[in-house]
Amino acid sequence: MNILEQIEKEQMRLDLPEFSPGDTVRVHFRIVEGEKERIQVFEGVVIRKRKGRVRSTFTVRKVSYGIGVERIFPTYSPRIEKIEVISRGRVRRAKLYYLRKLRGKAARIREKR
Amino acid sequence: MVLGIIGRKLGMTQIFQDDGTLIPVTVVEAGPCPIIQKKIKEKDGYNALQLGFMKKKESKTNKPLLGHFKKAGKGAYYYLKEFRVDNVDDFEVGKEITIDIFKPGDYVDVTGTSKGRGFTGVMKRYGFKGAKASHGTHEYFRHGGSIGAAAYPAHVFKGQKMPGHMGNAKVTVLNLKVIDVRPEKNLIIVKGAIPGHINGIVTLTPTSRKKRATAKG
Repeated sequence: MNILEQIEKEQMRLDLPEFSPGDTVRVHFRIVEGEKERIQVFEGVVIRKRKGRVRSTFTVRKVSYGIGVERIFPTYSPRIEKIEVISRGRVRRAKLYYLRKLRGKAARIREKR
Repeated sequence: MVLGIIGRKLGMTQIFQDDGTLIPVTVVEAGPCPIIQKKIKEKDGYNALQLGFMKKKESKTNKPLLGHFKKAGKGAYYYLKEFRVDNVDDFEVGKEITIDIFKPGDYVDVTGTSKGRGFTGVMKRYGFKGAKASHGTHEYFRHGGSIGAAAYPAHVFKGQKMPGHMGNAKVTVLNLKVIDVRPEKNLIIVKGAIPGHINGIVTLTPTSRKKRATAKG
C-alpha cells in the first residue's frame, strides 16, 4: 500500500488553512463556463470532513434565500483558489448533520473563544 | 508490433488532472520482464515472446523449469506469459522489456483474472430482479422464476441463465487510457478499474480498439 500512499500524498496541497467541522469558511472555487473561467465564492458552515489523503472531501452548508444548500468540495482540488476561515465554531460532534433539521436561531453555532 | 508486459495490480485511487477534474485510476507495477524464450514459426508454429515477471529464488524453482530459465540466463521468475509478436528477430533472449513501451496518452487493454464469487444465484450473477417480498411469496425471494414452458418445447433451452460459478475467470478490459508512467519505479497508472484483486497478476497490451482511441485523442 506504500506506493499508493505515496502517489496520493504527491497530489496533496499544503497551502490550505486548517479548519474543522463547525467552522465558517469561504471557499473560492474556480469555475469554467464555456471559454471563460471565473471564481465563485461559497460561504457556509463546514458540516463534515471525510479523510483519505487526496480523496478527502468536505461539505459546506449555507442557507440561501431560506433554502439549505450544501456543496461537497474535494479538499485538495486544484480548482480551489483559496479557503478563508471566517470563524471557528465550538461543536461537540464531528458530523453536524443535525443542522439540517434546524433553522433560524437554533441553527447558530457558538464561537470558539 | 503487438507486445505487452506483465504487471501486478497495486490498487485504485484518484488523481486530479490539470483541468481540475478528478478521475479514478488503477496503479499497476509492471516489469521489468526479461525475454525468457522466443517462439518461432518454423519451430513452434507461431511467433511469440515468453516473458517472465517477479523474480524468485533459484532454490525455490524445480529443476525442469530451472533448466528453461538457464537458457535466458536472467534468473528464475514466478510468472511466465507469452505475447504474440510478428517480428521476433528484433528481440533478443535475455533482454528486458520495461514499462517504457507505454507512454502517457496511450490506450491499453488489461487482462486479468476476475475476483471469484463462488457459486452465486441469478440475482448477483445476471442481475435478475428476484421475486416479490410480499403478497404471499413463500421461500422464493431470490429465485429466477420459470426456466421454460411445458409440452412445447419440452426441454430447457441451452444457455438458460441459472445459478452457478461466477468470477475467477479471464477478463479483458479494453481501451483504458494511460495516465502516467513512472519508469524509475516500474509503475503505470491507467484510468478506470481493471480485473482482479489487489496483487493480482495482469497483462497490459496496446489496445486492439485503435480507431476509437485515436478519435478520442
